[in-house]
Amino acid sequence: MEIKTKAKIFRISGPVVVATGLNARMYDLVTVGEEKLMGEVIQINRDKTIIQIYEETTGLRPGEPVENTGAPLSIQLGPGLLSQIYDGVQRPLPELQRLKGDFIARGATAPALDENKKWEFKATVKEGTTVSGGDILGTVQETKFITHKILVPPKKNGKIKKIESGKFSCKEPIGTFESGEKLFLSHKWPVRTARPVKEKLLPQIPLITGQRILDTLFPIAKGGTAAIPGPFGSGKTVIQQQLAKWSDTEIVVYIGCGERGNEMTEVLTEFPELRDVKTGAPLMQRTVLIANTSNMPVAAREASVYTGMTIAEYFRDQGYGVSLMADSTSRWGEAMREISSRLEEMPGEEGYPAYLAARLAEFYERAGRAVCLGSNEKRIGSVTAIGAVSPPGGDFSEPITQNTLKITKVFWALDAKLAQKRHFPSINWLDSYSLYTKGLSAWYIENIAPDFNEVRATAMKILQQESSLQEIVQLVGSDALPEKEQLVLEIARLIREGFLQQNAYHEVDSYCSLEKQYAMLKAIIKYANLAQRALENGTTVSAISALNCKSKIAKMAFVAEKNFESELKKVENEMESEFKNVSG
Amino acid sequence: MREYKTISRVTGPLLFIEKTHPVAYGELVEINLGDSIKSGQVLDTSEETVIVQVFEGTAGIDRQSIVKFTGKTIKLNCSKEMMGRVLSGLGKPLDNGPEIIPDQQLDVNGQAINPFARAAPKDFLQTGISTIDEMNTLVKGQKLPIFSGFGLPHNEIALQIARQARVDGGFAVVFAAMGITNEEAQQFIMDFEQTGALKRTTIFLNLADDPAVERLVTPRMALTAAEYLAYTHQMNVLVILTDMTNYCEALRQIGAAREEVPGRRGYPGYMYTDLASIYERAGLIKGKTGSVTQIPILTMPGDDITHPIPDLTGYITEGQIVLSRELHRNGIYPPIDVLPSLSRLMNKGIGKEHTREDHRASSNQLYAAYAEGRSLRGLAAIVGEEALSERDQRFLAFAKEFETVFVQQGNKENRSIVETLNIGWKLLALLPQNELTRIDDSIIEKYSKELGLLFFKPKAKEEPEVEKIHVISQTTGSNSSEAQPQDNNKAKTEKQQSKNSEKKSKKQKIKKRK
Repeated sequence: MEIKTKAKIFRISGPVVVATGLNARMYDLVTVGEEKLMGEVIQINRDKTIIQIYEETTGLRPGEPVENTGAPLSIQLGPGLLSQIYDGVQRPLPELQRLKGDFIARGATAPALDENKKWEFKATVKEGTTVSGGDILGTVQETKFITHKILVPPKKNGKIKKIESGKFSCKEPIGTFESGEKLFLSHKWPVRTARPVKEKLLPQIPLITGQRILDTLFPIAKGGTAAIPGPFGSGKTVIQQQLAKWSDTEIVVYIGCGERGNEMTEVLTEFPELRDVKTGAPLMQRTVLIANTSNMPVAAREASVYTGMTIAEYFRDQGYGVSLMADSTSRWGEAMREISSRLEEMPGEEGYPAYLAARLAEFYERAGRAVCLGSNEKRIGSVTAIGAVSPPGGDFSEPITQNTLKITKVFWALDAKLAQKRHFPSINWLDSYSLYTKGLSAWYIENIAPDFNEVRATAMKILQQESSLQEIVQLVGSDALPEKEQLVLEIARLIREGFLQQNAYHEVDSYCSLEKQYAMLKAIIKYANLAQRALENGTTVSAISALNCKSKIAKMAFVAEKNFESELKKVENEMESEFKNVSG
Repeated sequence: MREYKTISRVTGPLLFIEKTHPVAYGELVEINLGDSIKSGQVLDTSEETVIVQVFEGTAGIDRQSIVKFTGKTIKLNCSKEMMGRVLSGLGKPLDNGPEIIPDQQLDVNGQAINPFARAAPKDFLQTGISTIDEMNTLVKGQKLPIFSGFGLPHNEIALQIARQARVDGGFAVVFAAMGITNEEAQQFIMDFEQTGALKRTTIFLNLADDPAVERLVTPRMALTAAEYLAYTHQMNVLVILTDMTNYCEALRQIGAAREEVPGRRGYPGYMYTDLASIYERAGLIKGKTGSVTQIPILTMPGDDITHPIPDLTGYITEGQIVLSRELHRNGIYPPIDVLPSLSRLMNKGIGKEHTREDHRASSNQLYAAYAEGRSLRGLAAIVGEEALSERDQRFLAFAKEFETVFVQQGNKENRSIVETLNIGWKLLALLPQNELTRIDDSIIEKYSKELGLLFFKPKAKEEPEVEKIHVISQTTGSNSSEAQPQDNNKAKTEKQQSKNSEKKSKKQKIKKRK
């Protein structure tokens, strides 16, 4: 005779609950207690199951029931995601406010996608076709500029018995398989499992951001990974907004993971006001926000990065380019540490769990450019992951920063000192690096200019020389240097002020096309070469720097793209004639 | 309500009780010692053992003590009557007044504000202290901590802010003291009484000899009271929490007693989350006129700003006000060092609509000029003030005046923002007008006319600006003085090196401590 044991709570310690008699697999989602709080199985020890709870556990008692949903923590993917604001486990925050008021009450739930909203579905497959995971069933025009492609969930396949166009909500079936299984506009996916792709591609195309220091000096590839450290007051928010605004990706996923409530409010109030430059529509129409502030439950914070990543992957599977920003991954790491210490696990470095590096690597590995699953149309999508780190005490040797740098290929070193000097974007050109420059060089040669990579290398060399000269200058003053080296300082300054600095609030300067970037840098190098020659012919540095063309070069950033070519010609001509005059 | 006599173990502030009925996590517990009753809270509960942290300390508890589980969580009796009262760290009256008759009983842990329901803070809050109002402006709904050190007058500043804080629509103050001495507490109460501020203030007192565990509840009590006043009675509430360092020590103490795996410097790994659950209770809610603004005060152990307490605090709060021991030694009150201080929400609360159009630019200019003056001090110490160029001497003089005129003010001196801005302008006039590169010329024009400013005029001559040390080497001919600049350089590099090595040794120290 089978005895059915009822699962119940055995022990409660903060966000960690131990249940007995529960038949569950790892990472299964369970509901705990009378209030049915959401939790996730994170350890199994004989008949004891250890669960992390996504909500405040005060008031729970041993003996209260525990139920297994039988599935891992999953989120709903379908039309209605765009412009939504979710918490770490995909509860829609505006809806929660409407239902429960200004504070997040316990046990509150709301469907992630509005169940009553009807979408105009256009079927693109015919009845009787055999489809498999990732195939497009049809489309929904979700916002004015984003067409949501309705996919066959990965791992599903079959022959379509019935499918029709028309108005459907996410609850109503749009068709059925021969097997009788119903098809819907949305499907569920477990957040901790990467969505499959057909083939991962090498990152060979740059993500164009229109920011000169990023695109030219430290480019990130589509599908690449980058880390930004965010010390206090270094202008991190502006950079993130610029990336969201100008990157040539269609979808933006922003994860506010354990950050300040008021900062999140800033994002929530400013993003809807930002206009998409290409379409003029609000940027929110192609954005999904995940907001899990520092005082919201720690387990949901831990889950929030996975929730965001899964949404990003879902849009990638539709063939879109997605940029994912996680702010900040340090808070995520700390959430892991907190839960790990509740589990009394053996700690690794600084109390972080030993699996910290593995988790970070797993997360960043889900980024990438790939051929999407699906047989009826070849699509290429990408997820570019940009993670902010907040090293405690500004100490980069701490485990999260170190382990992040080990995986990410680009490092944009935001520097508070530069920000104080009003140098924006305040990315330090000496500390930053990009490992994609080599892989992308072919693309630059083919699409921009054959000597693009040499021009970049020359600029970097000058900046490098400047920094070593600066040390001497601080001691003896720049006048004490030989003329040749004074010239290097002059040119480096021109690169810094005329090229690296970029005004995010200037109408023209906010975005700079790659062609213009190249031409600007090339003009500076040309100036450098002419100046070099003039110097060799006996002209003094002060005479060279007094030339009119220098300030013209410095102001090229503010010339509109459409006038740029003619303006550049003028500047170049002026440069040549002026140098001819000084060198006699 | 069931009672038990099954205490199996007592360690530090913790009780282990066996064979109970299912006890709720976070439940309030009473422990009857026969002659007195102590209270506590459930920290960990299972079918076998319940762990209780005792607020009043475990002295006197034995295995015969009777433990009663109340079935309730910790709640605070809230009503408007709280104003003008002095309560204990657990919310019991300390002023011989009557118990508070509750209008609402609220869970002290509160709930997280839905990020979507938050409104962005942007209303200027005047503290009457120049260094805060002009340089590190506080806005309604912000959390701006004061980073202090032992022996610095942070409590005096806190009291001054509590007395002087003004915002449109009136103000209430909730003052939570954690682990302060009896003497300090009496001074606080006296000050509040004398200045008449007490009637709009609620004070929660947890003294140094009160049990450490009680400290964990005190700030939550205070914030619950603040939220009640803000969101039920639409008041603007300023919460002052002093001293958060004592709070964190208590947190560490409990962690150690529970034999938890410690994080940095022995503080528990969840300290960030725990602190966030306090600091994040500041803010504004859309559609509500009340607000909660927080000024937590903490003393940095060893004046070390990278210590976990200030560090984690800085990551949650929106900026920090840093006190300087050097200014304090020079007799300057309030000894606020504006250079490392920061208010992240400042830009939202200043300018034409909030304070005055010149606020942003002139505060930037003051900051830049003071920073320059301060960095010149090091140099002046080596080469002597006379050796500096006239321009540099002006900056040195400016930095000095800035400290003695702008930073320095009486602890009863309540400056309006207009007064503060005008003092700033008078100081800027010590500099040549062309040095004010961060202010628009039209604004300089306007205010120099309005305030009758006469900007410093450099004596005619001066070669175009040259690196200063270079000037010396050019103007001095003799061998002996030619050696001087080199020595300077040497001294400078040596200084730098020693600084570096200092840093290094500090780092090593930190490592060793770990």
